[in-house]
Amino acid sequence: MKSPVALDAPPPAELAEVAANPVAGIDQTKGDFQYDVAYEYDAGTGLSERTVDYISSVKKEASWIREFRQHALKVFRAKPLPTHWATRDLENINFDRIRYYLASGQKPKRTWDEVPEDIKKTFERLGIPEQERKYLAGVEAQFDSEAAYSNIKEIVAKQGVVFVNSTEGLREHPDLFRPWFGRVIPTSDNKFSALNSATFSGGSFIYVPKGVKVAQPLQAYFRINAENFGQFERTLIIADEGAEVTYMEGCTAPKFSTATLHSAVVELVALKGAKIQYITVQNWANNVFNLVTKRGIAHEEAEIKWIDCNIGSRLTMKYPGVVLKGRKARGEVISIALANDGQHQDTGAKMIHAADETTSNIVAKSISVGQGRSTYRGVVHIPKRLRRCKNNTECDALLINTNSRTDTYPAITVRGDRNYVQHEASVSKVNEEMIFYMQQRGLTEGQAMSLAVNGFINDLARQFPMEYSVELKRLIDLEMEGSVG
Amino acid sequence: MSASTLASPTSLTGAFTPEAFQAHLASLPPLPSWWLERKRAAYERFATLPLPARTDEAWRFSNLANLTLAGFAPASADLPPAANAADLPSSLGVRTAAKLVFANGRLLAQEPLPAELARRGVIVDTLSRALTTHGSLVREHLLAQPSRLGSAKFAALHEAFLADGAFIFVPPGVEIDQPIGVFSFALGAGTAVFPHTLVAAGDHSRATVIEYFSSPHDDEVQLAAGANDLYAGHGAQLCYVGKQDWGRRVLSFQANSTVVRRDARVQSLNLHLGARQARHESLSQLQAPGAFSEMLALTVAHDDQEFDQRTLQVHQAPNTKSDLLYKNALLDRARTIFSGLIIVDPDAQKTDAYQSNRNLMLSEQAEANSLPGLEIQANDVRCTHGATSSRIDPEQEFYLQSRGIAKAAADELLTFGFFEEVLNRLTNDDLHSALRTLIESKFRK
Repeated sequence: MKSPVALDAPPPAELAEVAANPVAGIDQTKGDFQYDVAYEYDAGTGLSERTVDYISSVKKEASWIREFRQHALKVFRAKPLPTHWATRDLENINFDRIRYYLASGQKPKRTWDEVPEDIKKTFERLGIPEQERKYLAGVEAQFDSEAAYSNIKEIVAKQGVVFVNSTEGLREHPDLFRPWFGRVIPTSDNKFSALNSATFSGGSFIYVPKGVKVAQPLQAYFRINAENFGQFERTLIIADEGAEVTYMEGCTAPKFSTATLHSAVVELVALKGAKIQYITVQNWANNVFNLVTKRGIAHEEAEIKWIDCNIGSRLTMKYPGVVLKGRKARGEVISIALANDGQHQDTGAKMIHAADETTSNIVAKSISVGQGRSTYRGVVHIPKRLRRCKNNTECDALLINTNSRTDTYPAITVRGDRNYVQHEASVSKVNEEMIFYMQQRGLTEGQAMSLAVNGFINDLARQFPMEYSVELKRLIDLEMEGSVG
Repeated sequence: MSASTLASPTSLTGAFTPEAFQAHLASLPPLPSWWLERKRAAYERFATLPLPARTDEAWRFSNLANLTLAGFAPASADLPPAANAADLPSSLGVRTAAKLVFANGRLLAQEPLPAELARRGVIVDTLSRALTTHGSLVREHLLAQPSRLGSAKFAALHEAFLADGAFIFVPPGVEIDQPIGVFSFALGAGTAVFPHTLVAAGDHSRATVIEYFSSPHDDEVQLAAGANDLYAGHGAQLCYVGKQDWGRRVLSFQANSTVVRRDARVQSLNLHLGARQARHESLSQLQAPGAFSEMLALTVAHDDQEFDQRTLQVHQAPNTKSDLLYKNALLDRARTIFSGLIIVDPDAQKTDAYQSNRNLMLSEQAEANSLPGLEIQANDVRCTHGATSSRIDPEQEFYLQSRGIAKAAADELLTFGFFEEVLNRLTNDDLHSALRTLIESKFRK
């Protein structure tokens, strides 16, 4: 095994020169889904100026990016944890024990036979196609910090679409990406956006030229495959005037015994008349802190739609937002959250209206199972002198067990008399008569409950692409098992 | 001593220095020791608690720049010579069973109960007398509930400097048809007042209490830190109406607490008209099955007024119900904040809770903030909330105009209609029309 490049060592001449090394195999004794890997680049544990420099050197970044990272580190240190409103569970993150950068640059070489049985079973039950299972299991392509992307990249390149990772994006296409990088979500937006700005690696940078409509959704899967290793991917999608693109982000993570941190920043820019749809199905393992900042800017007559589904993780804090900057811009957030035992899904949406005749829509549905806790947090802001702005917000919560918990904390500010805002929320349990009726037709209570829960989110699940909506349904079936009786 | 502790005493207490507190105690008749202890402890809390900061979630959206305690002084025991009961507006527009009139926290006038009610044990008296005559009742209810909505510092200030207030006790089974009136006036520039009303409604009793806050001279800078305690015993029915009409330069804090016991029903309606900046906190605790709390509020906000309303509905027992409807009409550059929270405790199954905030935007510059919150820890519940902010419905306006009503008149009709939804919840028709008159007069100002 090759020893990792030490922090002190000068960055190697060429990433591509690094020889692929065989991995040691699978630690099957723990039943964990984890491969023992020798990383070529390892920033070590803890976060310091040197860690940030190391990442910058490995990536051979321009000096402005290095300065950007160093500045972000200062901001990260200066900002307190937002525990005056957020859960104190955040205090359990030990920033000194996290590895901020790992990269191997090698292609994983392992066979399907090496994948643990329980993971295979889960994939099977989720109905994931064989090819994709291998991909998900780390047998193919994608690995840790470095986002990989399939051959779709070549197909869209013919349309002039740039689809690269964050390192390449900033290095090869600064003219496209630099003007918007860190502009939608400034470094100082919050503690975790600052952390990401200091340590980001991986993620997708996409530019869709004027008038180009990308037919197939672009996607990248991210996986965490190292203990205590945080993922800090950075995504920036720019849809030029009249362009249309859909991006799908799926996350799976193996089970680890110690907590891991995932803190992404996703920025979307929809120029005049453009449409961006961003779809996430988050299913991290139950020890992952998933603290993500996602925001888009919609220019005149542009449309940004976030479809966000959170099923995994220990704590998710994610409030996708849209800044409605141009006349008649439109923002939408469709959110589904499922919190099971030991999980807290703290999700929501932000809609910042900044131009006349902008409209926004938020539909959030959450399900709390067992001692799971789901929270909706939202911001709707309509400043002075705007006219004919509209917002509609609906949040519905479903509580499965007697000890399940749900919270709703919206914040709505409206100035002036030319706008219209409405917010509604409801909390309920599964209708007993419905369950009784289904049982009477021969379904078990568990099956009936699963059907009822799927019915609860059906109108939202239908807005997902078909494969995702099928996967989502099966994930919910899995989560609902054993929740009754 | 660090710089912060050196700087703190005056900035944390403003005019309410330890000397001012000693002078306040000296101005009072001898107090029961428990109450003196409580006041001293309250002063300690007041003097050490920080003023609200930008990061306090309980003060989100509030204007903190003007929350100063400097420049005020507790009203002295001697009333200004101008204070004359006959000169003060003490009619509520409804017939009352009894009346207490306070000016600067001292009893100015009293209209006793009819002999029949007094004979049956109803008490309408001052808190200072009740401390000796009904010590245990006062002790049981006076400021006995926690301050959970962010104003702990101002609640402590109230407790420390509370001189006198109203004490109303309705014995079990006694029903009073006519409302009991409590008036609190603030007189003189720089005056700080601490009005308090305690209502204990015994099991299966019924009563209505109307409280009226006013500054006879509209342009004096004053501070009001008031509180009330409402307690409804088993099966009791209590209606409380608070009309806040302080002067236009008053800084007001009011903390209301309601405890609802088994099968009891409390209806409270707060009307917010006055003050420069008014914060109103309402805590309703539903403590036993069958309890029902109806929380209503109407606000007419104009000029640069800020109304900051914070509510908490706590369902502590199964089969309890709460229903909140807060309506704000915003004119000019006014701001309103509604922050409501429904908490359903883990065992409070079959809770039925509702919370609604409606903001009627009547000006280009007004600002409405809504924070309708839920924290639900039981699954068999029906909890909903809603918040809307919008102008008058153009379709309704058009309909009235098409019937030949001028636009201005149509808007006025629709605005009054907006308030009627709340006023209609009152069962006392005289009270209904008196409140309507009061709102319309402010609206036409």
